[in-house]
Parts: sequence; C-alpha cells; structure tokens
Amino acid sequence: MKMNRRDFLKLTGTGTILGLAGLGLFERVTEEAIAAQFSKDVKALNARRWAMIVDLRKFKTEEDYKRIINACHSVHNVPDFGNPKDEIKWLWTDTYEHSFPGQEHEFMPEWLEKMSIPLLCNHCANPPCVRVCPVKATFKSPDGITQQDYHRCIGCRFCMAACPFGARSFNWRDPRPFIKKTNNEFPTRTKGVVEKCNFCTERLAKGLKPACVEESNGALIFGDLMDPDSEVRQVLRKEFTIRRKAELGTQPSVFYIIGGSENV
Amino acid sequence: MFEKALEGSKRYWTWLIILAAISGIGTLYYLKQFQYGLGLTGLSRDVSWGLYIGQFTFLVGVAASAVMVVLPYYLHNYKVFGRITILGEFLAIPSVIMCMLFIFVDMGQPTRILNVLLHPTPRSVLFWDSVVLGGYLFLNLLVGWTVLHAEKKEIAPPKWIKPFIYLSIIWAPSIHTVTAFIYAGLPGRHFWLTAIMAARFLASAFSSGPALLIILAMIIRRYTKFDPGKEAIQALGKIVTYFMLTNVFFMGLELFTAFYSGIPGHQHPFKYLFTGLEGHGRLVPLMWTSAILAIFSLILLVNPSTRKNERALAVAAAAVFISLWLEKGFGLIIGGFVPNPFEKVFEYWPTAPETIITIGVWATGFLILTILYKIATTVKQEVGESAHH
Repeated sequence: MKMNRRDFLKLTGTGTILGLAGLGLFERVTEEAIAAQFSKDVKALNARRWAMIVDLRKFKTEEDYKRIINACHSVHNVPDFGNPKDEIKWLWTDTYEHSFPGQEHEFMPEWLEKMSIPLLCNHCANPPCVRVCPVKATFKSPDGITQQDYHRCIGCRFCMAACPFGARSFNWRDPRPFIKKTNNEFPTRTKGVVEKCNFCTERLAKGLKPACVEESNGALIFGDLMDPDSEVRQVLRKEFTIRRKAELGTQPSVFYIIGGSENV
Repeated sequence: MFEKALEGSKRYWTWLIILAAISGIGTLYYLKQFQYGLGLTGLSRDVSWGLYIGQFTFLVGVAASAVMVVLPYYLHNYKVFGRITILGEFLAIPSVIMCMLFIFVDMGQPTRILNVLLHPTPRSVLFWDSVVLGGYLFLNLLVGWTVLHAEKKEIAPPKWIKPFIYLSIIWAPSIHTVTAFIYAGLPGRHFWLTAIMAARFLASAFSSGPALLIILAMIIRRYTKFDPGKEAIQALGKIVTYFMLTNVFFMGLELFTAFYSGIPGHQHPFKYLFTGLEGHGRLVPLMWTSAILAIFSLILLVNPSTRKNERALAVAAAAVFISLWLEKGFGLIIGGFVPNPFEKVFEYWPTAPETIITIGVWATGFLILTILYKIATTVKQEVGESAHH
C-alpha cells in the first residue's frame, strides 16, 4: 500500500488521539474502582489528634501489664528474639527513673521506685523522627498518628537516633521465624526496616479502639485531644498529668497519671 | 590520561592486587550481611549506628580537608602548594566514595536507596548530605582532572574551570557542616546537641586530612620520582598544628560546659567514654589512647625543632590521624547512644564481619587513591622531566 506523507500524519494523529482518550477513560474507571475499594469505613473512629492517658493507679498486678503488651505484640506480629540486641518492641515497661530521667530522686517512696511504667511511641505533634526521615517513610497522618511505611523505609535509622524516647525498633534480621503466631490481618515486616507503635491505626479504621486500650480495663484512656468533650480532655481537666521529656518540645500525645499514696 | 594507571612497576601491581583482594573479601562479607541483615553487626536498638557511620563521618572530614591546599594556592597564590593541590583533590575523591560506600553498607534496605532521589525531602539533613557529597565528588573530579590534563599538555588550565575551583572552596566546609548537622540537630542526644559540633568537625577535618596528606606526600616522595616538596610538607605541618590546637581547645570547651554546669545528662557520655559508667567502659582504653596521642602530637607539632624534623613530623601526623580516627570514627558516634534515652548503659562493639566489611571499604578507597595518585605523579614527573630538557 502506498501512502503519502499527509495521509500518514493524519492517520497517526487520529490514532494517537484515540489512544490517549481511551487511556484516559481507562485510568478514570480504574481510579474510581480503586477509590471505592479504599473508601472509609462508616464505623471508622476519627480524630484530629489521637492521644492516650496512662492511668498508673489502675495497674495493680504484673498481669495488667502483660495483658496489654501481649495484645499489642500479637495483633501486630511483633517478633520475640529473646535477646536485647535484636529486640523489637512496640509497647513495654520500664522504671520511673528510666521513663522520666531527671525526675527521680533518692528519697522517692518505694512504690514509685518499683513501679513499672508502660512505654510506647508518643505520637508527638512535633516529631523529630518525621523531620529527619530522608524519604518520608515516617510521616504524620491527619489524625495525629506518626505512621511508618515499611515499604518505603530504606533502613538508615536516622529516626532512631532522632527519637528521644527510644520508641523505635529496627529489624536487624528476618523477623518472621520469631513471630509466635502470625496475625494475617496485619502485615509482617522484612529485615532492614524500622517499626514502632502505630496507635492501632488499622483498628481505628474499623471502628475499634487500640488493642492495648481494649485490654486495659480502663487504665488506658484513648481519644481526640482536639475534641473538648472527649474522654481524654475530661480526664486532663481533672487530673495532674505528666509527659516524658516535655522540655524537648516534641509535644508528646501520651500523658501519664502517676498517682500518689493510693498506690501504696 | 588514564593510560598512566595501566602501566607500572611490579610493586604497583602487587599493591593493587592486595587492595583488590581485601576489597573482594569485604564484598563477600557484605553479601553475607545483605542476606542476613544488619544483625551481623554489633548494632542494636540502643546503639543503632556504629563503626560504619563513624567511618563515614570521619572520612567526610578527610574529603573536606582538600580545601586546605586548594584555598592557599588559588586564593592566595601560594605557589608551594601548586605541586600538591592535585594530591588534595585526588584524596577527596576516594574519601567521598568511601563515605558513600559506608552509608550504603549501613542501609537496612540498600536496594531502596534511590528512594532518597525519588522522594526528595529537604527537611531531612540526610537529603542535603547526599546533595553536598555528590556535588563535592563531581567538583573534585572535574577540577582535579581538568587542571592535571592541562598540566600534561603544558598549557594553562581553561578559564571556565575557575568558577568551579572557587565553588569547590566554598563547598568543602559545607559538606562537613551538613554532616555535623546530622547530629547537632537531634533533641535528646546530649553528646551531640552542641552548637560547636560543626566547628569541631571542621577543626578535626582540617587537622586529620592534612596529616594524612603529609604521610601520603612522604610515601610518594619515597616510592615515585615525583617530589611534592619539603616546603609544602612543612606548610601542611603548620596547618595541622593550628587546627589540632583548635580541636583540643574545642574539646575543652565541651568538657567545661558539661562539667561546670553540672547537668548530669551532659556529663554521662563523657563519663562513659573516659571513665566508664555503671561498670561499663569498653571504650575507655580507646578514648585515652586518643587523648594521649593528641597531646603527644601537639608536643611534637608545637615545638618548631621537632616539627621541622621530617621524621618527627611524620610521627606527629600519624598520631593526629589515629587520635582523631578514634575520637571521631568511633567515640563520637557511640557517645551519642550511650547512655541510651532511658539513661541506661547498653554497650556496643563491632563484630568481626562488620570490621572486615569496614576494612574492605577502606581498601576500595585506597585502591582508587593509588590509581589516581599513580596518574597524578606520573603526569607531574613527566612534565617535570620535559621542563628540564
């Protein structure tokens, strides 16, 4: 078939336009399909800044701590390596002296010296970890949660150096063989990425409170810090609370009620 | 010009083969680390950076120190350095490459490293560090190669290279300032949260880099027919002296603030490094070695009669280099992590594979350095010979 230049250009031009239009249509259709798949659950819990209050007066026995830690670590596939070098933890406990360094003194009551304090990511409003991440693998979501993208993280560990709360863990080796029972509802991680507490963002999306809160028998109070009527705000209006290393300006969203003589 | 690297004595080739072999062993261990994960190192959730990041930090300083020969030559027309500016520039190139390799071997997910370019994040100091290091590598390659090429042809360097030379002079301090900002901008790491961190980094860079250059110049004089010149080596000796004094002075400022203020958090890392803390003191012998070598080097450097004695100067330069390597390549990083954010002492020590990978990267750097210096010294020597005829 012979074709002059004019016909060739006409045919190619029309073909290109048709192709692009088709592609555009296809993209729109798929975009809508994807959007429908990811639309928000009507039951989802919403907030402008999620926050937690740890009421230590309500932690009575060893069991009270174990319950919340197990709930967290089992739902999130947190491995147990059994050694401090490889250790990964989202929720754990330490003494008052180590949780609030500089606040301790030598004349503290015995109950305070011995008290275990639950520790987790503070989901700071001004988080240094987010500031330093070179790839935005750790970022703030609109509900105030400091999120971690395990698929973007390059494992540089700048965020671990930046976090003043030791809240971040690194997968020094493949964690999967060390997960007791894998929860298929939540991803496992690969070696070489950082992870930490995510305030159960996956449960909030389904209308459930964080796993630890659910298991705490009211010792952990969870809610929206920006909602004046929320339970956390009501408690903050009533009780004396402290935050870890507040002087560093990271604005932690986890508050602690230490309590007094009722802990004896 | 590269052909100069392809012909050499038996000693030259033997040296290259030894370096290549060490580099190869390091690569094999790296592959093991790649497969197993960074758990192969001594790092932990408490001390999450160690030997690799220490080497990176130290070598950024060595790279930046090229400016100490480039600046006097190009801005003050200090002719004596004409013979060694290329040595400074060609030392900066493998130093930056080693920095990049140390960052690379420290990555948990090295295959995702291009995410840094795919998701550029200007609020992160690491983003800026990749920008300044890449730029500095480019500038030194361009300037070093172009000027040497002109010298080989026995013509003046092209005019267009001048702006790049001036840019490289400004760029050099920037690479080490940005590297210091990686540490100095973190809340809650008492040892690093100090406004003079960048100043300390520059002082230690401008003493350790020229100290290495003194040693390299002496090696070149001995094993090649090119002589960098006694006067140039002496001038480098003075540079090392002043910056080593500044370095020790800055360290004194840190100690004063930490101990006179009496703030426990500021004292703990110093105590851990120099006396041990809560019964842990793995770094104490290293830190005292560093301190004693610093004082020892200063005795040799400040005293004109020893500084002018080349053998004593070589010893002093080695002492400076080792002292600062211990302080910056090791103590500075570990001191930031011990005690940890809970004021608890959890120690770190590099493992054997980690050490082998580290030596492998150094060997790779010296392999590149040898090739570049072979080219530079051969060109210089040939030009020198033809000038005599």
